[in-house]
Amino acid sequence: MDAILTAIVVLFGLALIFGLILGYASVRFKVEGNPIVDQIDAILPQTQCGQCGHPGCRPYAEAIAGGEAINKCPPGGQATIDQLAELLNVESIPLDAEHGSEDVRKVAYIREDECIGCTKCIQACPVDAILGAAKQMHTVIVAECTGCDLCVEPCPVDCIDMIPVATTIGNWKWPAPPSPMQIIATDRPAQIEESQA
Amino acid sequence: MTVYAFHGGIHPPENKLQSTLLPVAQANLPSHLIIPVLQHIGMAADPVVKVGDLVLKGQVIAEPVGRISAAIHAPSSGRIIDISQQPVPHASGLEAECIVIETDGAETWCEYEGLEDYTQIPPHKLIDFIRSKGIAGMGGAGFPTDVKLHLGDDHIVNTLIINAAECEPYITADDMLMRTDPEAIIGGIEVIAHLLKPHHILIGIEDNKPEAIAALNRAAEASALQIDIQVVPTKYPSGGERQLIQLLTNIEVPSGKIPADVGIVCQNVGTTAAIYEAVTTGRPLISRIVTLTGDALAQPQNYRTLLGTPFTTLLEQAGVDQQRLSKLIMGGPMMGVPVTSPHIPVIKTTNCIIATTVEEMPAPPPAQACIRCGLCEQACPAQLLPQQLYWFSKGKEFEKARQHNLFDCIECGACAYVCPSNIPLVQYYRFAKSELRNEELEQRRADHARARFEARQERLEREAAEKAEKRKQRAIEAAAAQAARKKAQQQAQAETATENSSAASSNEAEVKALKVAAAVARTKLSKAEKALKSARDKGLDGVDKLEATVAQLSAKADEAQAAYDKSLNANNSSLEIAKSDAKCDANQDNSPDTQAQEQSAEELDMKALKQQVSIMRTKLKKAKASDPESSEIASLESRLAEASATLKAAEDKQIERAAAEGIDLKQLKIDAALAKAAVTKLERAAKAAQNDNERETLEAQLPQKREEADQLAKKLARFE
Repeated sequence: MDAILTAIVVLFGLALIFGLILGYASVRFKVEGNPIVDQIDAILPQTQCGQCGHPGCRPYAEAIAGGEAINKCPPGGQATIDQLAELLNVESIPLDAEHGSEDVRKVAYIREDECIGCTKCIQACPVDAILGAAKQMHTVIVAECTGCDLCVEPCPVDCIDMIPVATTIGNWKWPAPPSPMQIIATDRPAQIEESQA
Repeated sequence: MTVYAFHGGIHPPENKLQSTLLPVAQANLPSHLIIPVLQHIGMAADPVVKVGDLVLKGQVIAEPVGRISAAIHAPSSGRIIDISQQPVPHASGLEAECIVIETDGAETWCEYEGLEDYTQIPPHKLIDFIRSKGIAGMGGAGFPTDVKLHLGDDHIVNTLIINAAECEPYITADDMLMRTDPEAIIGGIEVIAHLLKPHHILIGIEDNKPEAIAALNRAAEASALQIDIQVVPTKYPSGGERQLIQLLTNIEVPSGKIPADVGIVCQNVGTTAAIYEAVTTGRPLISRIVTLTGDALAQPQNYRTLLGTPFTTLLEQAGVDQQRLSKLIMGGPMMGVPVTSPHIPVIKTTNCIIATTVEEMPAPPPAQACIRCGLCEQACPAQLLPQQLYWFSKGKEFEKARQHNLFDCIECGACAYVCPSNIPLVQYYRFAKSELRNEELEQRRADHARARFEARQERLEREAAEKAEKRKQRAIEAAAAQAARKKAQQQAQAETATENSSAASSNEAEVKALKVAAAVARTKLSKAEKALKSARDKGLDGVDKLEATVAQLSAKADEAQAAYDKSLNANNSSLEIAKSDAKCDANQDNSPDTQAQEQSAEELDMKALKQQVSIMRTKLKKAKASDPESSEIASLESRLAEASATLKAAEDKQIERAAAEGIDLKQLKIDAALAKAAVTKLERAAKAAQNDNERETLEAQLPQKREEADQLAKKLARFE
């Protein structure tokens, strides 16, 4: 009987101590907000284009954390989807064509002699990448432009073009080596002839 | 001095002899020099000349931008004919901004002056002087030299290593430089040593260059400095910076660090010579020695070439056989890149051009599957796991490749050289590296965009809040203004209202009473009507009686309603006016109904007034008894005076009205009282009479007297 009582007392005491520790920890190390949203937001490309149907990347990150599909981000493309799939430990799925297709990086360009200075594009730009004032010509700060497309639609004179970013020595990437399956031994002479020509 | 060893390495055919048979020749002056503004690592230089400008040899044509950048000088005199995009020596084969000079053939130098004694000027001025001469690493990477010379500022540099290994096959540019101009190299070392103050100076050179070793030894003996010339065995890639450091010092530069972090600075021999020339003569870096070799050339040779000279000029000079030429390689066969256009120019880092034939460098056999033989791991000079890196790069698991230290790969190509499956391993690593760099760039861009987006969001919210605050402020102000207006209005109203407030209050009570009376009369009437109706329906007796009652009641109800309406009217308009109107009505109509009404109204009015006056009087008395000094007394007194005045005025009005009808109210009162007294007298006398006769005569008089008294009372009631 004594042994049982001792055991109960000891277990109760332990439960109390650990309960207090856990209770203190839950207050002391309380995590503000949802950390997964930050992680998802870090993966998203931050173009703030709204092609996913959310007003910016963070709202979409919140939606993904709430269970929305991960394949609604055309600017991020398959790479972003793969990263999200890895982070969330879900199956990677192809990009949802409904929200647009993966495209080369573009930047907005204002045909300056056609600009009437209405400031509508400035208000639409989510990253303040357009410079200008009322009745003054506007122009795009290319380094800040995310290519989100949002300034094109509000322009009353349609003077904004989305121009693909040209490949320069600065942003050139080494191409992937050709898959060995594409080269068979009989290709060799043909290749040599080509290079000689 | 012991020579240490590094891991791995290979021994490819050297092919160096062909180009060392002939001495260094001067390359022909081309008609056009194409000078890219980016010939080094870092920021592109900014052109300071315009199209059409005449430039002299050695003149600055582009200024460095930022810390890691180098100036560009005109290699020859002539005219700027173009500043545009031209194909440049780069693995991508893309175009970049170039300054094109049409040479005049005169080779007119601009004014230049070397330093008489560089030891006498402050180190930072000497470094700036070297920077102004546009010197960048000539070994292959093109790192701006002045940045390396600044390393003494924040690092303890105890060893200076001069890289003379030139380990790549085919290339002999440094070898020829050492053979022909060892004094310049030793002089350059002295300049660098003056700036960095190392304890130990080493020259690392492969044992396949005996002539160069001898020349350097001769020159080094003449120097005041203790320079150790270390001959290392020929093994590719001993010329790699980290590999050479390990060979000479057995120190391994940690991953992600630079040699200066372990107290070592490396310089290429070509760079050293360029520093010497710049410091002593003042001539900027406008030319370099380029090896032209390969089986497709009739005369493989080293050429002292002006920067900007197109490859075609050099190839023609070396007697290229276009029929045999299969591939043009810039750099060595191991790390060089194939050239797509032969019109690209020589830049600061171009050390070799190989014109190969098909036999010399056949197309690589098709890659086969990795058999996991592990040869690549044994060949890797950086002690990496090339096989693993290959799998990760191929499977696009770049993050894993990074974790396997992909960025420590020097892309030497040793692994691909030994691979029995002919897998282009270096291509995979380059691909993975550029993908990872691009990812990093994208991430930085995304973070930047996020910061800007959040800043904008914050700004919009702040603006909205400010606007809301302003709106609120305006609303409060408007409300205050409205309240003030209202108050003023109320004050004005109150001023006019106080004059007849007491009368109005009494009037109100009276109106209420009348309303109640009218309502009661109406209810009684309706009840009586109902009763009459039921009586008629049932055919009961006394219908006539009921009918009479209903008629009476309806008359009464009408009366009450009329009285109420009237008093309501009177209340709505000012009291005085209502009163006078009523008086006029009474006078003009003279109908008994209205008169009676008017009288009752007036009676009530008088009664109320009297009551008020008496209440005031009692209040005043009480106040006086409790506190004779109270301030209330004064106000009470004034109010009492007012009320009494109103009462007096009302009484006066009554008298006036009576007078208007030709009756003295006072006399009337007296008469009425007398008549009343006479009646009571008669009644008493009749009671007291003893005999019947007397009583009869008295009683006969009584009705008459009563009649008189009643009449008088009625008359009086009209005015009271």
